Amino acid sequence: MGKTEIEVPIGIPQVIVTRAFTAPVDLVLRAHIEPDLLVQWLGPHELTLTVERFEVQDGGRWRYVHRDLEGNEHGFHGVFHGEPSTSGIVQTFEYEGVPGHVKLDTTTFEELDGKTVVRTISSFSCIEDRDGMVATGMERGVNDSGDRLDDLLVMLQTK
Amino acid sequence: MATDSLSLVFGALADPTRRQILVRLTEGEATVAELGEPFAMSQPAISRHLKVLEHAGLVSRSRRATARLSHLEAEPLREVTTWLARYQEFWDESYERLDTLLAALQSDDPHGRTTARKRGSSSGKD
Repeated sequence: MGKTEIEVPIGIPQVIVTRAFTAPVDLVLRAHIEPDLLVQWLGPHELTLTVERFEVQDGGRWRYVHRDLEGNEHGFHGVFHGEPSTSGIVQTFEYEGVPGHVKLDTTTFEELDGKTVVRTISSFSCIEDRDGMVATGMERGVNDSGDRLDDLLVMLQTK
Repeated sequence: MATDSLSLVFGALADPTRRQILVRLTEGEATVAELGEPFAMSQPAISRHLKVLEHAGLVSRSRRATARLSHLEAEPLREVTTWLARYQEFWDESYERLDTLLAALQSDDPHGRTTARKRGSSSGKD
């Protein structure tokens, strides 16, 4: 099991992802706002991330593209709301494959005992958007992932 | 997917008793009394858990003589696991890579790039 915790609140179109990193908050922030660092970690390793625009300021635009091994491109873009800082990053996020379904990501950083807890609340415009995940472009690997029921049942038994 | 069925299923799965009930139902249908056996819990309490599971579409119920039998409904579980697996895989993998990068940034290489890439590609967790 990974150390990444994913919460799906009932009745609210949100997903909350939380993970602790052994690093100071300023470094964790840099990894989120410096394109040459961001491309080294965001997304599955077999996808190549290219940051085409990243204006880290209030109202600044960002756009990046994930390319898979077959050359398929998935573009994403949005706008920063407020100046990204160690107190947090607020940005809109739109998958260009399904335009019009914009989500709002609020990321906060909390430093404690040499660790930084990164928590992102993704707010979708409606529950259908969240459950269909139309706004995220995460289709990768699902169709060939087969039946995961066995995995789930293993997880249920070990929890 | 019906409105909010995803969070209904997650809500139903959040409780350890209900998870154990589901695991028991993978062996076959069962009565409330049978489901209650492993727990120090009254039958009405088990019935309340079954109602939550039924509402989430994870359990269906039928009658055999005077007993009500519960059956596992696997389809909502499949949908939820597929959905969750997408999210989990994406963030697990991204954050594993971020972990490696942050470690590299804090060690020898001030830019972390070379080290992080080497470590990332040699982790061999494909």
